Amino acid sequence: MALTKADFAERLFDELGLNKREAKEMVEYFFEEIKRSLEHGEQVKISGFGKFELRDKSSRPGRNPKTGQEIPITARRVVTFRSGQKLKARVEAYAGAE
Amino acid sequence: MPSLISIFQGLNVTKSELIEALAKQQPHLALKDVELAVKCIIEKMNQALSSGERIEIRGFGSFSLHLRPPRLGRNPKTGESVALSKKYVPHFKPGKELRDRVDESSGKYKIID
Repeated sequence: MALTKADFAERLFDELGLNKREAKEMVEYFFEEIKRSLEHGEQVKISGFGKFELRDKSSRPGRNPKTGQEIPITARRVVTFRSGQKLKARVEAYAGAE
Repeated sequence: MPSLISIFQGLNVTKSELIEALAKQQPHLALKDVELAVKCIIEKMNQALSSGERIEIRGFGSFSLHLRPPRLGRNPKTGESVALSKKYVPHFKPGKELRDRVDESSGKYKIID
């Protein structure tokens, strides 16, 4: 089961004693603020976690994988995420469940 | 003239700026609580990913782990081959709302860096 906004709100309620409404709003605002910054062309660096970066991609020829028909992929701006050293190291230590 | 801080950090939004913005939006909360809340959210994301758990935030995106299979690496100094074991790396896939908003406003705002 994946972690959702509700799980983050629950944690803020349990650990910081925000009430349920405050906790829910805080989580909403947190992700909204990152979206808003990126929308304004501002990249977001969260120390201890990672950096949300923006990249302008020029158009390139593409193909419909089903029909093989050529369709140009238009120029676009995309968001990429680069995890920080700390997160990388912690994830690398994860052995995996399989 | 740019401030010393902006010279060192570029013009990226940082965690402390995020905290400031969130404090302004929620004036009923003490700055200290906003700071703790942001740290708490980030720590929870770190914990989830480092225990192999996915994170799915509607409209924002999802974080998961991607497996990098074992490979033969090389010590760049000595040229010696080294066996590298498999490892996991964090991966983020932006959600539809984030993708659309960022792309639609790209004509209006330059990427600040």
